Amino acid sequence: MFNAFLQIVRKELLGAFRQQSDILNPIWFFVIVVTLFPLGIGTDPALLARIAPGIIWVAALLAALLSFERLFKDDFIDGSLEQMMLAPQPLTWLVSAKVFAHWLLTGLPILLVSPLLAVFLSLQENTFWALFLTLLIGTPILSLLGSIGVALTIGLRKGGVLLSLIMLPLSIPILIFSTMAIDAATFGQSYIGLLALLGAMLVAAMTLAPFAIAASLRVSVS
Amino acid sequence: MFQCKNLTCVREERVLFNNLNFTLAPGEILQVEGPNGVGKTSLFRLLVGLSTPYSGEVHWQQQNIMLDRDSYYQNMLYLGHKSGVKPELTALENLHYFHHLFNPKVKFDAWEILTLVGLAGYENVPTAQLSAGQQRRVALARMWFSDCPLWILDEPFTAIDKNGVQVIEKLLIKHAEKGGMVILTTHQDLLLPPQLYKKLTLQKPAAGEQYV
Repeated sequence: MFNAFLQIVRKELLGAFRQQSDILNPIWFFVIVVTLFPLGIGTDPALLARIAPGIIWVAALLAALLSFERLFKDDFIDGSLEQMMLAPQPLTWLVSAKVFAHWLLTGLPILLVSPLLAVFLSLQENTFWALFLTLLIGTPILSLLGSIGVALTIGLRKGGVLLSLIMLPLSIPILIFSTMAIDAATFGQSYIGLLALLGAMLVAAMTLAPFAIAASLRVSVS
Repeated sequence: MFQCKNLTCVREERVLFNNLNFTLAPGEILQVEGPNGVGKTSLFRLLVGLSTPYSGEVHWQQQNIMLDRDSYYQNMLYLGHKSGVKPELTALENLHYFHHLFNPKVKFDAWEILTLVGLAGYENVPTAQLSAGQQRRVALARMWFSDCPLWILDEPFTAIDKNGVQVIEKLLIKHAEKGGMVILTTHQDLLLPPQLYKKLTLQKPAAGEQYV
């Protein structure tokens, strides 16, 4: 069973490295949005440091939204989604592997470039750590929630708009708690409680979302 | 033993077939025939549990497949219209993936199987760059290392040359002689021994029964 998980992750990563534009596109979008802000509103460090957490989080959310399109779409078109649903392993387990691979390809690159962007936006060190931790906990939740939306809209020809309508309201709590945590860090307060709340959301999403994804796929593919 | 009980399929309020019954015993090959649009692919998607029937049940070893998917899927190989082959991966990588996901217990030599399906020398080319028939062969290669007794094949011979069709026919016969079961659709006439071979012809329902 763990082997099946690893095989799916391996296949996803191999496929993504053969088609690099697919992984580079969302992260490129993220970097461009964040770097354009100082150009657009001026380079006053105090102002930038004030709005940086919001910019980075909104950009991360939109980049995630951009990347969901290919999460199950290619698999749906070439039939490998059908085959995955007929595999002898539980579908919830296999979709968890897909979501994990998706996070590795979209969430992890965002985490890796975040120090660079923190420098662009002149963030303090403790603010940066708060940002990093909220991204670390928040991006997997985005991947999990987005996968439910994708699974629900996969059979539709123009599912993109519907996907963002389903996805954005669900992701707003993550945005609120993350920016609250980062604000608290900016003022030197403790933000561990907010991180714990985000962590609780992550645990809930990790345990429940795979079932929702599997059930939605069974409905959408039939 | 595979049973299909009073199966009715409805698509967009249109009845495709009504009260379909058949039983397949070990060692039998069933060819489903019928004109385009009569519901062959819809029937197959019901048989593998990808869609839910309007009424009726599909049973595998006296168990409704919807209630016990895991044990059914351990025993069933389905090859659909869409091959499930990843175009950006090579033939070898695709086989490797199918092997680990579907038949991890079977020992097999990927090179030997690629030779058998006529893909030797193409193992490191991304499947997107292969011809339609070769891509189909990558998907069909799964039959050579499958230990599942039930094979459900939707148009397996699409884009396959005459020689390839003969090879697959032989494989089907071998599978049936070992006690396996095969359900397939094809528009070609098959050269199979009559004691193993059954046909099921789907027909459009009578005029009064076409709508729900």
